[in-house]
Amino acid sequence: MESHLASNGIVAALFLAAGVTVWMVRRSRLWSSAFVSLWRRRRFALLVTGVYVAVALLDSVAWVGGDSLAVDTVARHEARSVIDRVFGGNQEKSYSAPFAEAEFYGGGDLRYPGRHWLGTDMIGRDIFYLTLKGARVALLIGGLTSLIAIPLALLFGISAGYFGGRIDDVVFFLMTTLASMPGLLLLIALIMVMGKSTLAVCVALAVTGWVGFCRVSRGETLKLRELEFVSAARSLGVSEFQIVMRHILPNLMHLVIITFVLMFSGLVLSEAILSWLGIGVDGSWGQMIDQARNELSRDPIVWWNIAASGTALFGLILAVNFVGDALRDVLDPRTIEDER
Amino acid sequence: MTALLQVAGLTTCFPMSQKNVPIVDALDFEVGRGEVLALVGESGSGKSMTALSLMRLVPKPGRITAGSVRLDGQELLDLSVRSMRSVRGSGVAMIFQEPMTSLNPVIRVGEQVVEAIRLHERVSRGAALDRCRELFEQVGIPDAAERVNAYPHQLSGGLKQRVMIAMALSARPRLLIADEPTTALDVTVQAQILRLLQELQEETGMSILLITHDLGIVNELADRVAVLYAGRIVETAPRTALFKTPKHPYTQGLLRSMPALAPSGERLPEIPGMVPSPSDWPLGCRFASRCARAMDQCSQSLPEFTDQGPRHTVACYAVSQADSQSGHGWAGGTPEGL
Repeated sequence: MESHLASNGIVAALFLAAGVTVWMVRRSRLWSSAFVSLWRRRRFALLVTGVYVAVALLDSVAWVGGDSLAVDTVARHEARSVIDRVFGGNQEKSYSAPFAEAEFYGGGDLRYPGRHWLGTDMIGRDIFYLTLKGARVALLIGGLTSLIAIPLALLFGISAGYFGGRIDDVVFFLMTTLASMPGLLLLIALIMVMGKSTLAVCVALAVTGWVGFCRVSRGETLKLRELEFVSAARSLGVSEFQIVMRHILPNLMHLVIITFVLMFSGLVLSEAILSWLGIGVDGSWGQMIDQARNELSRDPIVWWNIAASGTALFGLILAVNFVGDALRDVLDPRTIEDER
Repeated sequence: MTALLQVAGLTTCFPMSQKNVPIVDALDFEVGRGEVLALVGESGSGKSMTALSLMRLVPKPGRITAGSVRLDGQELLDLSVRSMRSVRGSGVAMIFQEPMTSLNPVIRVGEQVVEAIRLHERVSRGAALDRCRELFEQVGIPDAAERVNAYPHQLSGGLKQRVMIAMALSARPRLLIADEPTTALDVTVQAQILRLLQELQEETGMSILLITHDLGIVNELADRVAVLYAGRIVETAPRTALFKTPKHPYTQGLLRSMPALAPSGERLPEIPGMVPSPSDWPLGCRFASRCARAMDQCSQSLPEFTDQGPRHTVACYAVSQADSQSGHGWAGGTPEGL
């Protein structure tokens, strides 16, 4: 069970990639000016997205040991992330309201009075802590699934649209077959086959989710293929592969960005639906909402649970949508105003 | 010395309602070294398809079914896909009608020209960029050094067409196919681009195959003219001969309907009828149904080419029969009248 080492490695790789990206962006005038105008347009949304990403990253760096005695013996031998160390370990026996000094039902003593900013759930877990933990799951689901689905959709969509003929027939058959099956049913079946893990959920969501973008990219490729710059490239002796890479793909990039954003938020939401059906990913906001559903019927009402997870979900999706929207405006050369 | 481009019996077919219809039908023509040949015809006559056939870029489901295309004696129709690719650009290059969509909107224009240069020459990026600036200056782009970094949407139509020309010239082609290079541009820019093409032709000594429907452009640029009607060449002649003594009734009709040549104050003469659609092209001469001088023979079989002067050939029964007689048919102006 050295999964925390893999996780640390991935975080390191992400930092490396981010560093390289920043370096490249600073070198290119187009990208740095794109970033500046993105910052100018959607500063708040960028910051909010940044906070979510930061929380997810802090939750991904983990190591064993160095714990206080407050943590139980078993947990002391497990790898725990930065978030676990800072916000975890304040377990109660039952509900506590936000900032409450005593238990919600019965008024019994709390172990950590006043320290539960967003209250606790039925088994006494701190909601603030669980909400923070949910960020990682949400980003993982959105990111990993898009990372599988979008390249898949581009590969099939472009080859179907550009080469046509048999390839188009096969891809179209595949798409219509997938589209004719109820998505949820297929999702459930796939998760049942692959087992209930985060990766399985991501793969299942990707398999059902690539069709939409595949259709879009196929249609767009069909349009681009007929444009004269493609004929011009061909008449200069550019190979088909080069035409796809240099002339078709870059012209689809704005669609990729929009799709990534829309898909990202859609995926986080579908995971919530899967959680409601009991096949979601453990620790997701969807699962929290699912559990909090039952608590709404209590009297007096336990509202902080669903409020926290719902707000966290809403905030992420809204921020990502704003950023994606602005990013598309900023990156599309056809909408850039000449600033020189 | 043989001609640079020799085309013989070139036929390109498209399947239409279960039969193969030849859109380009048994074309024969030559383009000499340093010569500008204009291919003239109305829309749908197969001009552009001829150009694409020469490049072997006929869109599916069409295909070249017969004929031979020789560039410098090398048969292009037998080349492998890979060697054909290396001929494109360096042997034959092409510029297109629509400069607005002929450049990739998301790549800087300099980058696009650099790509074209490096396709056929093993040079560093820096060297290619230098050559790109040279090319931009050669095609008369002002501030070439800066324009290299522009995106297509930052350039006007005329400048885009100049970039296209620079790109086509990047691999020093022996033959440049210009497919309606000025149709989408306004008149003053048209004149500039035509002058540019002429200068470049004189500088580099390349041959140009000019495809157009505009006889005014033909008169400015072409050395020789081939008139295309419904997929077939009906008349080939040196420019002056074509404008002075057109032989084929179709060519005569075309010239008569030019506003610059027609007598003023009168209704512009037109050729009655419509171009037949490719699927019901007649057995005989395709112009027969619209021709005032049509005979029985015309709808029976295709007329052969007959010589009508130095390098002047016509495919028309009426003309070959009336060879001995003279002075009928043409009473229009001269090229100077344009």
